[in-house]
Amino acid sequence: MKKSLTKTSKNNFITYAMVIVVFVVVQTLSSTGNLSNLLKGLLVPLCVYTIASLSLNLVVGFSGELSLGHAGFMCVGAYSSALFSNVVRDAIPSVPRLIIAILIGAAVAGVFGILIGIPVLRLRGDYLAIVTLAFGEIIKNLINILYVGIDENGLHVAASSAGLKMAPGGKQIMKGALGISGTGAIYKDIKGQFFLIGVILIIITLFIIQNLVNSRSGRAVMAARDNRIAAESIGINVTKYKLLAFTVSAALAGVAGVLYAHNLSMLKVSTFDYNMSIMILVYVVLGGIGNLRGSIVATIILYALPELLRGFSTYRMLIYAIVLIAMMLFNWAPAARTWRSRMVERVKGNKPKKEAA
Amino acid sequence: MSFISYLKDGISLGSIYAIIALGYTMVYGIAKMLNFAHGDVIMVGAFVILAAITKAGLSPLLSVLLAIIVCTVLGVTIEMIAYRPLRKASSNLAVLITAIGVSYLLQNVALLIFGADAKSFVTVIDVPALKLFDGQLTIKGITIVTIIACIVIMAGLTFFVKKTKPGRAMQAVSEDRDAAQLMGINVNATISLTFAIGSGLAAIAGLLLCSAYPTLTPYTGAMPGIKAFVAAVFGGIGSIPGAMIGGILLGVIEIFGRAYISSQVADAIVFAVLIIVLLVRPAGLFGKNIQEKV
Repeated sequence: MKKSLTKTSKNNFITYAMVIVVFVVVQTLSSTGNLSNLLKGLLVPLCVYTIASLSLNLVVGFSGELSLGHAGFMCVGAYSSALFSNVVRDAIPSVPRLIIAILIGAAVAGVFGILIGIPVLRLRGDYLAIVTLAFGEIIKNLINILYVGIDENGLHVAASSAGLKMAPGGKQIMKGALGISGTGAIYKDIKGQFFLIGVILIIITLFIIQNLVNSRSGRAVMAARDNRIAAESIGINVTKYKLLAFTVSAALAGVAGVLYAHNLSMLKVSTFDYNMSIMILVYVVLGGIGNLRGSIVATIILYALPELLRGFSTYRMLIYAIVLIAMMLFNWAPAARTWRSRMVERVKGNKPKKEAA
Repeated sequence: MSFISYLKDGISLGSIYAIIALGYTMVYGIAKMLNFAHGDVIMVGAFVILAAITKAGLSPLLSVLLAIIVCTVLGVTIEMIAYRPLRKASSNLAVLITAIGVSYLLQNVALLIFGADAKSFVTVIDVPALKLFDGQLTIKGITIVTIIACIVIMAGLTFFVKKTKPGRAMQAVSEDRDAAQLMGINVNATISLTFAIGSGLAAIAGLLLCSAYPTLTPYTGAMPGIKAFVAAVFGGIGSIPGAMIGGILLGVIEIFGRAYISSQVADAIVFAVLIIVLLVRPAGLFGKNIQEKV
């Protein structure tokens, strides 16, 4: 008997296929030497931001909340995993070490997601946006003064370099505002495979989000988004499902942070700022809120374009702001929506529909 | 004596938060939206004052008036172009993201015009300091002006909202927009007026903020803006006395946190307050708990 696929799984497979096709094309170009070094350097960060925008889309598109601290979740994922990699650098070989690092980054970011989500998601209104924004700033402040070192007595944590009280021969790993250096060097042996790892992580992210969205829980999340009162009245625990979506999103952002941290030789907390959160939000909004494929395409275009056109970078943030406002007005204003449907009718050659007499 | 000195600093900072929070709380109460760009209007106001005094050579009073006018016009324009078309949108998220876009736009326009380096703010308010207890406690002139300005503004706003016709229209729109419209109230004009008042207050807040902490960058308004929102939630969002009390309490908490714990975690303490308030009493100190019905 021929097994036929449902429409949803077909749709999902198209998305996976898209990612794989892009990967194969880029990989072929790269191995035949048709890719400049500049472009090659962009590939892994591109994977990082794709994962980040996919995970943000889960919150913004499917649970209808706004997270402005996505860079903060990436930051905790990045730092916790980089710390782990540095501590066990000689004890575990590269591949399992990276896998454990990814799991640790996801878990730590997820725990922060739960901690923030519990007080905030019970409430109606725009509190999540403010609290996540605050979270991003606080995490930056705290990591800026955090020093971690290791010696034969184990790990030392303090708020200043002198406060570590290390035994001679100890090594500082986290140096406050200077961050963690040398994480990339630990993974020298698999450095060439990072793009492949990034693409695998994108596919895993897609797998998690698409399956969550199309599951019973995912439908509950969307029901709570569309009408909270109606969803509650049929017995959906709105807070629980919003928290589920938010935590998964935070954990996936943590994974993006892990990839980011391990691709760099120098991890600094100042990169995970408000601008980064906004940039990811712009990818989501331009790609279409609730549209995963759109997020991927928008991330590729918006990330690669300004990097390739360097002269443009002064106006980059300004253009992001205008894109954000214009897209929201164009897509969501009732007046713009009726205008758009009228234009679509005209292009199709239909006369505007008359109301039935 | 240092305790009283910190308390005075806290009340002074809190008064600035209170003035900003008034703008947030009025817009939130009436337009039911979180105006993310409010903090950046403060920054615009401060830059207008700075440019008017140093570049155009206007007198301090004229510059402040100019800043109030510019901010009022800016606030109304932002509302008209960016927020009004989305007022009937199917999702609350739409106007929230647009507001973030506006905030980001203001920051980046200021960045292009004035550059990223911090400018030192000029002295606009020149009031002699007050010495108490044989000079053991000095209250700066700006502190006195800030606290008085805060009290005057709150009293004026309370009178305006409770006793005047446009003020009552605001209350009506805040209570039930559709019913207000049926009573012949011009809802759009009322919301515009709210934005005008809020943004005018933001200009004053910009003046006071930059007089007390005289460095100015395109991001100056962002953090005080967010903290003022915390203050508004603390006091009960939508409530005018709540914004004032919340602002002052938050300012005192922040200064005490900075003085007695650590200056680097003072911001973290402020947001911890927000999370505790949301956990324990989400409607805030003066807010009403409104049960939602279908």
